[in-house]
Amino acid sequence: MKRATLRKLKEWLIERAILLSGVFSIVFVVLIFLFLLREGLALFRGESVLDFLLGKSWYPISSPPRFGILPLILGSLLVTLGAAAISVPIGIAAALFIAEIAPRRLKEALKAGIELLAAIPSVVIGFIGMITLGPWIKNVFHVPTGLTALTGSVTLAFMAMPTIVSIAEDAITAVPRQYREAAIAMGATKWQTTWRIVARAARPGMVAAVMLGIGRVIGETMAVMMVTGNAAIIPKSILQPVRTLTATIAAEMGESVQGGAHYSALFAIGIVLFVITFLINGMADLYLHRSRK
Amino acid sequence: MNPRLSQKIAFSILFLATLLVVVPVLAILAIIVAKGGSAISFSFLFTMPRDGMTAGGIFPAILGTLYLVGGAIVFAVPLGVMAAIYLVEYSSDNRLSRLVKLAIVNLAGVPSVVYGLFGLGIFVTFLGFGASILSGSLTLGIMILPVIITSAREALESVPHSFRLVSLSLGASRWQTIRHSVLPHALPGILTGTILGLGRAAGETAPILFTVAAFYLPRLPQSIFDQTMALPYHLYVISTQVPGIAESVRYGTALVLLALVLLLNLAAIVLRSRFRRKKKW
Repeated sequence: MKRATLRKLKEWLIERAILLSGVFSIVFVVLIFLFLLREGLALFRGESVLDFLLGKSWYPISSPPRFGILPLILGSLLVTLGAAAISVPIGIAAALFIAEIAPRRLKEALKAGIELLAAIPSVVIGFIGMITLGPWIKNVFHVPTGLTALTGSVTLAFMAMPTIVSIAEDAITAVPRQYREAAIAMGATKWQTTWRIVARAARPGMVAAVMLGIGRVIGETMAVMMVTGNAAIIPKSILQPVRTLTATIAAEMGESVQGGAHYSALFAIGIVLFVITFLINGMADLYLHRSRK
Repeated sequence: MNPRLSQKIAFSILFLATLLVVVPVLAILAIIVAKGGSAISFSFLFTMPRDGMTAGGIFPAILGTLYLVGGAIVFAVPLGVMAAIYLVEYSSDNRLSRLVKLAIVNLAGVPSVVYGLFGLGIFVTFLGFGASILSGSLTLGIMILPVIITSAREALESVPHSFRLVSLSLGASRWQTIRHSVLPHALPGILTGTILGLGRAAGETAPILFTVAAFYLPRLPQSIFDQTMALPYHLYVISTQVPGIAESVRYGTALVLLALVLLLNLAAIVLRSRFRRKKKW
């Protein structure tokens, strides 16, 4: 009798622990946001939110310091759009090839290859981009430095590709077989079926894939810091050095004084990043749910 | 246009696009192996750096990364697996479980540098752990939590419902059923996710920038409250912050990091495919 009660108590404890662990994910998201606010909001005692978001100059260590992050937002935007322009068409095309055309063996090999690409640490990709792509861009476009927004876009395109390919491939594979059979039975070629039927049916999943890929690019830090040249100015061309939101945090946190305005400003950038990626991921999740229905 | 011809053209374009994704991966691997291979030696792997990192080995960085990854796993695996058990075995499809799933999606999407800020704010400053292995491990652990939860969930969901019914019908309690009839079958899948998480934690730099990583520390950490060097941060430092480092040392460091991460991932891929093939239900 006593052993049974003991067992019941043990199970009760375990089940509480499991329930608690389940809720921990929510706790962490909330905690991350709270701690960003805690350290970042101090900036807005002396600075208006509008000046922060739309200010054209980022001079954190001049006196008086200027904390306008518009150049950083535009830098992130430019690099991200460039990366999306490269990775979206290539990624979707590769996903169609892998899901619909490649024979089984090749398909498995390609999927493993893409998983490996996803696994390469961003600092390694940044390192390679810096010493191979940078000099190449410098020579081809005759620009003073090879570390430009374009270099960042190409580098980041490779980091977005695994996300886009694997999620789009899942969406394409999930299209019911009857769709393909009906199209083929109507006399469509395999390509017509793939492009007009399957790709169309998989569209919500593809949108989600693109959004998650873009989310990855916006949040990417080390590679982008190593290849974009880090100049916090409003970019006029894609062949200029730029500085992104993420790179600013990573590069400047070490030299800021804890609790100072610069420190708070970097956390405030963190808030901006958190909100952007939260929205992108939330929307991508909605699309994914729609595609599953 | 002739539909056969347009099909040929379209398939060729798709194939080319696929090559554009895969060939650079192979090129990156080939370049790093070719240029870094010559740097790898016993003394490179197992001695301290000397003369401002221009000479000597990278032992403290390798060891530091192993400590950090170990710490992250100790923290994230129990929590992640229990969260997955909650989602698969206990929660019904209600509001709370929807919210948990949404939180996991968002945790997976939070930029790594924001994890770094969070770690700095909560572990280094608020809880007073300082820049230490403990702070770095906890930060990395929270970062890989979504990876672990997602793969553990998949593993648990792949165990047939009938296994649970049989166990329950024999009078086992809910926890006994999970412990003896579900978890053993999900174990390979959970292990796969754990290894993937290890690989991710080993390669990340941004979360450890402000929470643990030391620029140049030619001794081994003594406790979990010490700072340490780490491989990815070391590669960043010697390739951008310190001039005059021999190219082969940079490539060699990149090779060691890449080998560590890719071997972990390869192990996970092999384990997963063997598990899938062996499955009898």
